[in-house]
Amino acid sequence: MSDLPEIPPDDEDEFGVVKKFCYVNRKAPYGTVYALESLEMVLISAAFDQDVSVVFMDDGVYQIKKDQETDGIGIKNFSKTFRALEGYDVEKLYVSKESMDERGLTTDDFLVDVEVLDQAAMSALLAEQEVVITA
Amino acid sequence: MKFGVLVNEGPFTHQCSDSAYQFTKAALEKGHEIYRVFFYYDGVNNANKLAEPPTDDRNLMANWSKLAEEHGVDLVVCVAAALRRGLNDDILAPGFRISGLGQLIEAGIQADRLVTFGD
Amino acid sequence: MSKLHTVNKSPFERNSFDSCLKHAEDGSAVLLIEDGVYAAVSGGEVATRIGEAAGRLKVYVLGPDLAARGMTEDRICDGVSVVDYGGFVDLAEAHDAVHSWM
Repeated sequence: MSDLPEIPPDDEDEFGVVKKFCYVNRKAPYGTVYALESLEMVLISAAFDQDVSVVFMDDGVYQIKKDQETDGIGIKNFSKTFRALEGYDVEKLYVSKESMDERGLTTDDFLVDVEVLDQAAMSALLAEQEVVITA
Repeated sequence: MKFGVLVNEGPFTHQCSDSAYQFTKAALEKGHEIYRVFFYYDGVNNANKLAEPPTDDRNLMANWSKLAEEHGVDLVVCVAAALRRGLNDDILAPGFRISGLGQLIEAGIQADRLVTFGD
Repeated sequence: MSKLHTVNKSPFERNSFDSCLKHAEDGSAVLLIEDGVYAAVSGGEVATRIGEAAGRLKVYVLGPDLAARGMTEDRICDGVSVVDYGGFVDLAEAHDAVHSWM
């Protein structure tokens, strides 16, 4: 991800419609490309002023693990781009408590601030979403 | 009702593109509008005109092109994903166009339902 | 507001089916497609999960995908309804959004 999308100025509200977009990430990084290209989608939808939530569950929780060092595998480390989400007003990042616990992770392991949701809270969050994009 | 369809995988390796195609066809047969079909990740490979699948099985690229031709379905291939995978205008199958990821978000906004097919 | 959830992977291959069941709200619909149709086949351990789910969710299986895999409708669990692609479209229309578990 060499170029982050430009944020259009506020008066470019082309559609006037704001929908709750939710990106559900369930796959680990680097083994497949989904984590990287999903993040690009998140950034673009923020540029369209949509109400964006990002969910990490199952192996998706690994995407935001700190201390990723990818020189040895020859793949670009894109994890720091998660830190750019705040600058795009994407602040609703949620992690499944069960997925974290199953994998022995705590919020100290993550490189961004997240809200941890248990299963019931996660179901309720997902139920509110108007556009759910998964990979 | 207006449907948007997201295709995440290339042809043949996964059933994704077939499922998306069958869904799209069924929606059209029921009189719905397909706002856009957006091809992302390896899904961009559905737009490669150089493919020559065996003639005793379906030709997914041709099937999609036919939907564009007969029903005016907007088939959009993500430019970033396409560049990554070596797909460009020179080898684009008929009926497809290359554009930005914003076209997917627009489909999510403008369509009544966005349906994702992938692996 | 209730969702249509789709699951396209076998419950023996991935945990997508389980994750879907855990997070699908009561009253929502689950449609099994592609390799996901194996979750609808009775007689295995997964079938008990379908039985539990069918009490609070509406569970459907895509008939063409079932037939393609040599599974006849008499082999599917009680409480699972078979639909075709037209039925898939109807389900997507009837629910407020589609959430695909892959």
